[in-house]
Amino acid sequence: MSYLQKQFPILDTKCLAKDIHELVVSCPEIASQAIAGQFVNIRTSHTLRRPISICGIDAEKGTIRLVVKAQGKGTDEICRMRPGDTIDLLGPLGNGFDVKNSNLKAVVVGGGIGAAPMYGVASVYGKNCAAILGFRDSADVILEKDFQALGCELLICTDNGTRGFHGFTTQMLENYLKENHVDIIHTCGPKPMMKGVKDIAEKYGVRCQISMDERMACGIGACLGCACKTKKEDGSSTYSHVCKHGPVFEAQQLDFD
Amino acid sequence: MADMQVNLAGVSFKNPVITASGCFGFGREFAKLYPLEKLGGISLKGMTLHERLGNPPPRIAETPSGMLNSVGLQNPGVEAFIENDLPWLKEQNTVLIANIAGSCVEDYCEMAQRISETDVDMIELNISCPNVKQGGVAFGTSPEGAASVVREVRKHAKKPLIVKLSPNVADIAAIAKAVEAEGADAVSLINTLLGMRIDIKTRRPILRNNTGGLSGPAVFPVAVRMVWQAANAVNIPVIGLGGIEKAEDAIEMMMAGASAVQVGAAMFYDPYAPVKIAEGIEQWMNDNGVKNISEIVGTVKPW
Ligand SMILES: Cc1cc2nc3c(=O)[nH]c(=O)nc-3n(C[C@H](O)[C@H](O)[C@H](O)COP(=O)(O)OP(=O)(O)OC[C@H]3O[C@@H](n4cnc5c(N)ncnc54)[C@H](O)[C@@H]3O)c2cc1C
Ligand SMILES: Cc1cc2nc3c(=O)[nH]c(=O)nc-3n(C[C@H](O)[C@H](O)[C@H](O)COP(=O)(O)O)c2cc1C
Ligand code: FES
Repeated sequence: MSYLQKQFPILDTKCLAKDIHELVVSCPEIASQAIAGQFVNIRTSHTLRRPISICGIDAEKGTIRLVVKAQGKGTDEICRMRPGDTIDLLGPLGNGFDVKNSNLKAVVVGGGIGAAPMYGVASVYGKNCAAILGFRDSADVILEKDFQALGCELLICTDNGTRGFHGFTTQMLENYLKENHVDIIHTCGPKPMMKGVKDIAEKYGVRCQISMDERMACGIGACLGCACKTKKEDGSSTYSHVCKHGPVFEAQQLDFD
Repeated sequence: MADMQVNLAGVSFKNPVITASGCFGFGREFAKLYPLEKLGGISLKGMTLHERLGNPPPRIAETPSGMLNSVGLQNPGVEAFIENDLPWLKEQNTVLIANIAGSCVEDYCEMAQRISETDVDMIELNISCPNVKQGGVAFGTSPEGAASVVREVRKHAKKPLIVKLSPNVADIAAIAKAVEAEGADAVSLINTLLGMRIDIKTRRPILRNNTGGLSGPAVFPVAVRMVWQAANAVNIPVIGLGGIEKAEDAIEMMMAGASAVQVGAAMFYDPYAPVKIAEGIEQWMNDNGVKNISEIVGTVKPW
């Protein structure tokens, strides 16, 4: 695995929902080797780079898609970038999801902006995949048409019932597992949701991979800043680093306390 | 031709730019971006006698022009380093500095002894880590404490000994003098300044450790001032660090009295920073007719 750091041109930008923007970046060196679930570390005018998942990969065109939610000064700056601007990326970083066997029956579970990395995963499985996406409100729903275009089964949930299933993704996941055979679950979203997904996957005996979120500095495994509690094979606890050993972990490695 | 070479305590560096401890790991991650032989040297991740898991997360908080960290010396322990990382590092053709920390004088001595048996070029004694409860900074904040640990370690260290000083002190000159008197071959400064950030929504500190060490451009003027004060107080070489992000900063630090510099947090936003700084210094020397970089050390003309 290797990565690089460079300025890349932004080809296209689009507003997907309030405060959520998509950027298409021309970066053949990154696109040619990226795997769904990996991320890039983006330089802004602030001190630390911002980690953002690679949402879509088009190796042929040499582009990647980034979907960013403005929730602070750095992501706000990224969302204000426009076609013609360049963006300073360090990537592709971390370990992506295990999507080597696209014949498996997969479920992806995305909460809020966590839907973005799930799109890259779903695009590997296509029809073999069910996507359970949760949002607060119908106005927050993103990437609906994109998931539909993949031919996967799309199950949208909203906390307030304004779209799709009225409830949490975890309830939907449990309903789905009761009725369907599933080989693997991939998930990204708020911590409580991911913990819930982990518990349900365990209950139904399905392999589960989780993309973790932690504050980062270097993004490559040198500063040891992005620690996350994990279990070693002998059951004892240690700290792994989300940027290098993750962001994707097998659910049973994680220790949500 | 500009001569970038510097000599610190008998060790020759091809240029005066060294990566700072804790910001460059054991080098492998940055080696994917550029050959490490471009560096003057590497101050390796702070090590302890036995493995340390470090502090719980979050360990990182951003600050205006800087950052806080509370990593807490996570490291595999000195033996694992010697077995797994040192052989590879030895092939990278750059000066290797082992940064060591302990919770008691005996630990420091045992580590210095063990490192002295290896191919590491120098030892940097970290008596200034603000993130571990016992030891570390406890020694570094008084001249007596600093002197006591250096006195004992000196007996066991068969390699040139750099003592890394804490900025969280009232009189840096007194501490620099105290460690010089006990046989330190050089001092490096500054380590991080103790800081804190609070999330006003949750009223919780951002760092799980509550407090952490401040570094990055924000600390640069503090570092320049302390390097200047230390360099005026001692005759051993001073290695200057804290907030250096570009060649001009390195040159400024050297004019304040630093014989070499280290670069830390800047590498997190610009991983090529140490390479660019070395190239920038060379360009500046050519533009200004400076033949040997050591000529500029301590040449500030104070009012
Ligand atoms: C592996 C990974 C993938 C991610 N992918 C995406 C994505 O595809 N789209 C998206 O919108 N967001 C994503 N995030 C979250 C995104 O990195 C944060 O929202 C962003 O760093 C916040 O920066 P800010 O300047 O807006 O906020 P500020 O609060 O101003 O940031 C201050 C500091 O805290 C850090 N920080 C604050 N919140 C977070 C957070 N939730 N996670 C990590 N660091 C944080 C910032 O990086 C910065 O160093 C991802 C995070 C990780 C770790
Ligand atoms: C994430 C991080 C980890 C650090 N770990 C160590 C360490 O193990 N030992 C040490 O002596 N200093 C450590 N430091 C301090 C740096 O080496 C340096 O003294 C400080 O960051 C100031 O330089 P800078 O502003 O260029 O980063 C660490 C700093 C950071 C940011
Ligand atoms: S962010 Fe530096 S180790 Fe992960």
